[in-house]
Amino acid sequence: MAEETKPAAPANFKVTIDNITIEVAPGTTILNAARKIGGDVTPPAMCYYSKLQGSGGKCRTCLVEVSKGSEKDPRPMPKLVASCRTTVMDGMEVKNITSDKVTDARNGVVEFLLINHPLDCPICDQAGECHLQDLGYEHGKEGTRFEFKRREFEKEDIGSYIQLHMTRCILCYRCTYVADQLTDKRVHGILDRGDHAEISTYISKAIENDFSGNMIDVCPVGALTDKTFRFKNRVWFTKPVYAHRNCENPDCCGKATLWLRGDEVFRVTVRKDEWGEVQSYDGKAGWICNTCRFDKKQTSDWQIEGLANINRHSVIAQGKYPGLVVPKETIKEVMDGRAPKLIMDIHEVSGVNDPTLDLSKINGPAHSNNFAPNPNVEDHLRS
Amino acid sequence: MARKLLLEKAHVENIRLYDVYRREGGYRSVEKALKTLSPDAVTEEVKKSGLRGRGGAGFPTGMKWSFLAKPEGVPRYLVVNADESEPGTFKDRYLMEFIPHLLIEGMIVSAFALGSNVSYIYIRGEYAWIPDILEQAIAEAKQNGWLGKNILGSGFDCEIYVQRGAGAYICGEETALIESLEGKRGNPRIKPPFPAVKGLWDCPTVVNNVETIAAVVPIINDGGEEYAKIGVGKSTGTKLISACGNLNKPGVYEIDMTISVEEFIYSDEYCGGIPNGKKLKACIPGGSSVPILPANLLLKTTKGESRMMNYESLSDGGFATGSMMGSGGFIVFDEDQCVVRHTLSLARFYHHESCGQCSPCREGTGWMEKILKNIEYGKGKMSDIDLLWDIQRKIEGNTICPLGDAAAWPVAAAIRHFRDEFEWHVLNPDESQRRNYGLMHYADPIHVPVTA
Ligand SMILES: Cc1cc2nc3c(=O)[nH]c(=O)nc-3n(C[C@H](O)[C@H](O)[C@H](O)COP(=O)(O)O)c2cc1C
Ligand code: SF4
Ligand code: SF4
Ligand code: FES
Repeated sequence: MAEETKPAAPANFKVTIDNITIEVAPGTTILNAARKIGGDVTPPAMCYYSKLQGSGGKCRTCLVEVSKGSEKDPRPMPKLVASCRTTVMDGMEVKNITSDKVTDARNGVVEFLLINHPLDCPICDQAGECHLQDLGYEHGKEGTRFEFKRREFEKEDIGSYIQLHMTRCILCYRCTYVADQLTDKRVHGILDRGDHAEISTYISKAIENDFSGNMIDVCPVGALTDKTFRFKNRVWFTKPVYAHRNCENPDCCGKATLWLRGDEVFRVTVRKDEWGEVQSYDGKAGWICNTCRFDKKQTSDWQIEGLANINRHSVIAQGKYPGLVVPKETIKEVMDGRAPKLIMDIHEVSGVNDPTLDLSKINGPAHSNNFAPNPNVEDHLRS
Repeated sequence: MARKLLLEKAHVENIRLYDVYRREGGYRSVEKALKTLSPDAVTEEVKKSGLRGRGGAGFPTGMKWSFLAKPEGVPRYLVVNADESEPGTFKDRYLMEFIPHLLIEGMIVSAFALGSNVSYIYIRGEYAWIPDILEQAIAEAKQNGWLGKNILGSGFDCEIYVQRGAGAYICGEETALIESLEGKRGNPRIKPPFPAVKGLWDCPTVVNNVETIAAVVPIINDGGEEYAKIGVGKSTGTKLISACGNLNKPGVYEIDMTISVEEFIYSDEYCGGIPNGKKLKACIPGGSSVPILPANLLLKTTKGESRMMNYESLSDGGFATGSMMGSGGFIVFDEDQCVVRHTLSLARFYHHESCGQCSPCREGTGWMEKILKNIEYGKGKMSDIDLLWDIQRKIEGNTICPLGDAAAWPVAAAIRHFRDEFEWHVLNPDESQRRNYGLMHYADPIHVPVTA
């Protein structure tokens, strides 16, 4: 992976996220530090994409609370900050899921995002791979308080490979960064502003550039889909395998995921890492060219390496994942050796876990009277 | 009569012309700065003056200048923010229109302090006639040796260019302004990095308001300490206030910040009271984005003291009981005005002007407008009021740039102080549709007097 081939930067900033402390290199963002810890400590990200320069900061789903700025300046930050664009300081303390403010703000963001994104997952091609679906599931509420007409768009043809369904766009700007950074003769971008803003091409031009297909992969929702695949299958019915080919395009990494049904290649995409981003290889970001993506639809075009690595919680993994990881006995093992997260310290609440108390010496069943109440909690109850 | 520093000469006949301006003492500050002071000494005077940015946030100007990064061999820029799109704010326009050389003079001194050889005035597109006035002033200054190469033999080079915006409120936000100046879509940048480190073309940049830069002229002429003697506390010097709404004499006033709000509204020296003897209902004291205050909180602070026209007093008690000096756009409402209707009007503005980058502002501003529209037109529900409150709360503080806050605060303050009026609309849908509104007195672009 790209990061491993580079000389390791000095990891000397300590940051604590939801009570888990980790050391990271200066310049690391809170989000990337949290990704190193992994699990639900990691804020969701709809607009940030580590392989696209300048991305992030827009959707506000990754907001976190900085309860301590740094060792030098321990003051908390006055507002929630976008973790994808805020770098850590030494001694910083961050609250993600342990902050009510964050949960509240994130619920708000989900509600805002769903105002102009129809929940038509059953008929959307992105279902099963949609980050907004996951976000809504984790942070949304059933029902909506929005009682007005939502925005709708005329269908617009933006070329032979990509279908734009503007109604579903959440304006994350990722595809515009792809257009900017990966393709020459850019014709695509954002028009208008506010909630009228829309993705479009410059005066109805077609998007035909060699690397334009990568826009499909970065789109977190079903706004940009693959015309050669749409509605041919649901992703969870296909079998994802890693494959590669000798692509003559020097900017194409030639490593892809094929989505198979039997021997038929239904779709070709980039390989994705655990954050749903393109997987980096050999110092290359891992993008693929349109030829690999749209034209190489025979298994004979590819050398197949084996089953793709799909998160076992994903719907795509349902029913066909090999060697399912059965949870191990101890939490430490399941959590890759790291200490379990402290959500609430029981000692703060009562002496029930007091190691100096020997339960076997208590006559009969233990009762709350046997334990000294925590004075802080008493205060709290009285106030 | 309060002391005037900026508009003192605005009424001298033909002061727009270089010869007249010079005869009246113009460009003395450039002579003084370039011949007798070092750039750091100029910054020092600005620090001593206690001048706070006049663009809205009120950040100390001298301190802002001292944050400017100064790497070797990298150009630095001074950008004057003349976008002035906040509803209710129209003070910079008068300064530029009537006494343009004051801005040019302030820019030369400021650019000298900052080591900026190229400076820009970014002016809002709707001020269609002002760029010509500025460009003429720049040409005259250049002819007379105040701009160009090696000014006054000091070795300092300075050029000033005028750039017209296309008329988007968001382009007044300093980072969006920089993007627009670079020829891009006017989207705010995510901070950090701040413009002082990476601004225009990724070079260190200071963005200041027109009035701020103009104030540098008297600061250098008379010294920072003299300037700091005017005003009170951290509100030093004079402030331009653009007053509009239900006032007998709307207009642009230069005040020193020791007068009370009551004096400003009612005295003949300033706004001359409210037309037809109507009662004062409320006021937005600092441009449309700052919280509205009902009359009782506007005239007195929580301690029962007179509320003064300065930064500290106007914000007394935080948003629960106070507001902000903001950009000095003073909008007065008489007893006939409908707070719900005006809040809707502001919500429509912020919805229209949101750049659309961040989800809470993009989606929340439109949602607020729709709900306010329902309430205003007799289709609202009681629960809508709480919903509005909740939406503004979820926008505030959670966006990239302060436009989100600017959209949220007016709604929050209107509900906080005038909830009964929202409820009245819900409970009396038929009446609220039939109401006859009192007319607002908008400032006429041509005939509004600048105080002599
Ligand atoms: C949405 C928005 C619009 C703004 N419009 C203006 C403006 O028109 N003029 C201005 O001077 N400042 C405006 N500001 C404030 C600027 O970002 C900036 O703070 C100011 O120009 C700094 O100048 P000062 O330090 O001299 O006050 C705006 C800010 C926001 C968030
Ligand atoms: S089309 Fe997709 S990738 Fe592009 S801005 Fe919209 S949601 Fe983001
Ligand atoms: S707050 Fe509004 S105007 Fe500011 S960046 Fe976000 S969407 Fe744009
Ligand atoms: S992921 Fe950080 S703001 Fe979108």
